[in-house]
Amino acid sequence: MTAGRWTQWDAARSGLARGLVRAGAALAALALPVSAFAQAAGKDFEPDEPVRWQLNMTPGVTHTAQMAYDAHMFALWVCVVIGVLVFGAMFYAMFKFRRSKGAVAAQFSHNTTAEIIWTIVPVIILIVMAWPATTKLISEYDTRDSAMTVKITGYQWLWKYEYLGEDVSFLSRLDRKDDVIRQSRVVPTLASNPHYLRDVDNPLVLPVNTKVRFVVTADDVIHSWWVPALGWKQDAIPGIVNEAWTDIRTPGIYRGQCAELCGKDHGFMPIVVRAVSKEEFSRWLAQQKAKSAPVPTAPATPVAAAPAASAIDTPTPAGG
Amino acid sequence: MSTHFEATADHHAADAHGDHKQGFVERWLFSTNHKDIGTLYLIFSFVMVIVGALLSVLIRLELATPGLQFFKPETFNQFTTLHALVMIFGAIMPAFVGLANWMVPLQIGAPDMALPRMNNWSFWILPFAFTLLLSTLFVPGGAPAGGWTMYPPLMLQGGFNVAMAIFAIHMMGISSIMGAINVIATILNMRAPGVDLLKMPIFTWSWLITAFLLIAVMPVLAGAVTMLLTDKFFGTSFFNAAGGGDPVMYQHIFWFFGHPEVYIMILPAFGIVSEIIPTFSRKPLFGYQAMVYALASIAFLSFIVWAHHMFTVGMPLGGELYFMYATMLIAIPTGVKVFNWVSTMWKGSLTFETPMLWALGFVILFTIGGFSGLMLAIVPADFQYQDTYFVVAHFHYVLVTGALFAIIAAVYYWWPKWTGRMYNDTLGKIHFWWSMVFVNLVFFPQHFLGLAGMPRRIPDYNVVFADWNLVSSIGAFGMFLTPFFMFYVLRSSLRHGAPAPARPWEGALGLEWTVPSPAPHHTFTTPPVIRDGDLAHGDFAHKDYD
Repeated sequence: MTAGRWTQWDAARSGLARGLVRAGAALAALALPVSAFAQAAGKDFEPDEPVRWQLNMTPGVTHTAQMAYDAHMFALWVCVVIGVLVFGAMFYAMFKFRRSKGAVAAQFSHNTTAEIIWTIVPVIILIVMAWPATTKLISEYDTRDSAMTVKITGYQWLWKYEYLGEDVSFLSRLDRKDDVIRQSRVVPTLASNPHYLRDVDNPLVLPVNTKVRFVVTADDVIHSWWVPALGWKQDAIPGIVNEAWTDIRTPGIYRGQCAELCGKDHGFMPIVVRAVSKEEFSRWLAQQKAKSAPVPTAPATPVAAAPAASAIDTPTPAGG
Repeated sequence: MSTHFEATADHHAADAHGDHKQGFVERWLFSTNHKDIGTLYLIFSFVMVIVGALLSVLIRLELATPGLQFFKPETFNQFTTLHALVMIFGAIMPAFVGLANWMVPLQIGAPDMALPRMNNWSFWILPFAFTLLLSTLFVPGGAPAGGWTMYPPLMLQGGFNVAMAIFAIHMMGISSIMGAINVIATILNMRAPGVDLLKMPIFTWSWLITAFLLIAVMPVLAGAVTMLLTDKFFGTSFFNAAGGGDPVMYQHIFWFFGHPEVYIMILPAFGIVSEIIPTFSRKPLFGYQAMVYALASIAFLSFIVWAHHMFTVGMPLGGELYFMYATMLIAIPTGVKVFNWVSTMWKGSLTFETPMLWALGFVILFTIGGFSGLMLAIVPADFQYQDTYFVVAHFHYVLVTGALFAIIAAVYYWWPKWTGRMYNDTLGKIHFWWSMVFVNLVFFPQHFLGLAGMPRRIPDYNVVFADWNLVSSIGAFGMFLTPFFMFYVLRSSLRHGAPAPARPWEGALGLEWTVPSPAPHHTFTTPPVIRDGDLAHGDFAHKDYD
């Protein structure tokens, strides 16, 4: 049981109705030995991986994800309260006003006061819900003052990441091992493949505590870039450049996948973000620059850099 | 001339079940009788429910366990696309049109639909449209696989199926538009004297409003898919970015159709439930006028909220805020409807025959779908929900436990009127409780999957999602038995059911219950004389509009 998993369950616990979570937790307890084993197998810190029998959204690792979670929980609780009242009244009526219990039907057909109340009260509830949603959305649309920009391009069926101004770019596609399993009719298990369909060859590396701006587009059909821990998804649309941003608080591995139907392998274009400290990111970036720059200085080394680098030169291998 | 009319009247007065035997072809293929056409629509819809349900079972079979065991991803996408198109255009919409055909003339005291020959054509287009659509499964490249929303550029990557699917959709659109014109013409022109607009049964009201929605938006869909067609085959660039077009424009046009379309599939359901609950509560519908205005408000709002399907396409902040607020407003008239249903039950004298159970199931489960709809309207949260199984759960709650449950409720409610036979109420209740258990097993866990991060429209997934997916699949397999069980219930009613009286439900009001059961082939050939107590809404003698 890692700290990350506990954090997640704590959040779920504070969020959902307690009884519901208990039921889920009881089920999850059955699953824990397996998932804990899976967790031990992967050495990376993965604070926001989904778990078996998961019931609820998690607060993620960015301010945006926290806001999505808060908006979700607030809306959920409003619905739960209204639901308890409405369904409560309904069930009361069903048990109290049965003909088999001798109920005689009244013949009233309207009550203006009641109708005005249940038109006005929902208006107030909606305003109470819309207000925080509006402030959240305004802050999420503020892409100013970002420290760096990454361009994300969706292809059928992989992602391309470009660190704008840094001359670093690479393709990111489904891990080869998962690709083999999915075509083998084998039923994968958590023990054998904890990250089945959620691993890539080259993860997107980002620094923590840095406002990173994304420009998102696509080259063939519409895709959508989504990592739940970051709290948003943004459609990647050919001919259009969309903006988004993130500011990751916790280092770790965060997984997601394409969220807009993009053809036969739509289910097989995962996204992995590796969030590292600023220092580690600088080291990594320098390393990547060295890898992709060297053609004039070191003509004899392309063998070492071969697969990734050559792929970058032909950015549309599958889609076109 | 007058003798001709006499002769015609006599000829028709002889019931089809009576001395004059219409041949099979004459009666069913050339039918201009609203009841026969209604029956045809309902049978067609039932066949399409089986086809659509079979596709959903294949989808759930593949999704029962992680890994790809049965279908290739492209086949899976064809199944999801066809499942949606068949269920929306083949099952739900024709079922409502069938109910309108049967019940609107009976409810307003009209002898038939206003345009009987067009009525025949509206129906007979459909089998051809769906033969064409389903035949795409057997052409090179297979069926359309870009989702029922048919977003370009993905849709344009299809082969033969693009032209075939688009032509099929054109035909469905023509059928729907003609059906809608017929409903409007019938309701506005053929009401019996005394059936004022604000005395009409709610089901008829809901269909009047629905018909206007259909006429308004089916041409928009036709336009959108025609642009797809010319983009694909005639070199235009409406949606092709490389040619100066805009793929997002398609989504705006599509959802300008698509959102009213959603209400086309739910407003008649509201109407049905508003008929059934007062009957089995033995109490007038609470707030009749408010119910009519709520229907109209929902219909109006449906035109101005379309882009809430597109919160992640990168709209400007103002657009997101506007569509969020407008969408939230829908909760108000919808809330009024739910509160009024509960108030109708309040201090009633309730019994729980099969139609009532289905109607109550509708109110509870549709409301749950409404709750998730309200949650989806909150943009910051929608950034997480969009395109996940949370959305799948939401729209199946409103369309299966909403629209479909209401259709089943309507069939059980009006079946004695149609056939003159009662059915076994216990079997109907078993049908209900079985469906109640399994439909929630299918769709409730999908909320959890979406919140945990599983996108929709994927054929395979990580093992952490496996458990709820298995539960959902078990639910789907259980649900798949229900249409066959319903068929059994209704067939045994036809064969062995007790004869039904004209008013089989004690509390039922409305003109349809003043004619014998089964309703004769021709009813209200002369306008009925309406007496006090015939209409559910509005006392005829005293001009009381409540």
